[in-house]
Amino acid sequence: MTLSLPALVAVAVLGLLGIGVAGLLITRNLIKVVVGIQVMTKGGMLAMVLAGHLSGRVQTGAALALTVIVADTIVSVVALAFAVQVRRRFGTLDLQALSTLRR
Amino acid sequence: MFDLLIVAATLLCALQAIRSPRLLMSALWLASASALTALLMYLLGAPEVAVIELSVGAGLVTVLFVFAINIAGEEVADLRALVPRPLAWLAALGAMGLGAWMAIPGLRAPGGPLPEPAFAAVLWEQRGLDVLLQVVLIIGGVLGVLGLLAEGRAHVRKEKQS
Repeated sequence: MTLSLPALVAVAVLGLLGIGVAGLLITRNLIKVVVGIQVMTKGGMLAMVLAGHLSGRVQTGAALALTVIVADTIVSVVALAFAVQVRRRFGTLDLQALSTLRR
Repeated sequence: MFDLLIVAATLLCALQAIRSPRLLMSALWLASASALTALLMYLLGAPEVAVIELSVGAGLVTVLFVFAINIAGEEVADLRALVPRPLAWLAALGAMGLGAWMAIPGLRAPGGPLPEPAFAAVLWEQRGLDVLLQVVLIIGGVLGVLGLLAEGRAHVRKEKQS
């Protein structure tokens, strides 16, 4: 049995989204949270390109995926800078410790 | 067969990125997942965006991750969340099932490629607003990072004085 390319990519999209959600749920480390967001966003941008491929408008899908790439990069840059600052100030990357912090 | 192999490798890399206990290994697995995603985009007929994803997603973001991990330290990381692990995977599987239920009817959409202008024309003319938004986002991101880093320096200076 051979699966077509769109069906396989749909599996990849769903898998990436699911793995990203699981990654967000199972960790408390701030940098691992950014990794989870990145994995989810990869699923999202792949979904844009797949939708363009299926509807026959590849270039529009690609243009949207480009916007997703830019937004995703900015989000991870700011989140990583935030993580570095949190680590410098509070000495931990643990989200649980941060949420119960009293200073 | 080749496609199946790439999809399986992508999912494996993403899974390892989530599960790997060391942050640095996690960043490297994420980079390979990104490269394989770019390959899938190329196979779907969007080479321009695949190149950008390869250079930005697998290159720039990985450099940033390694940089941040260097500064923040490899604090490992048996930080388990409050949600028990099986429950988290169950929730993720449920979300995937719902997504599949919604997405599968769309896969049978009829269609060959429609006549369409080139990528650059679509991006700059039809999606001009998106380009504007991207510029604003980049400026906002740069300002945000500058603000965060500057605040850190001020904090250090204050500590030295006191």
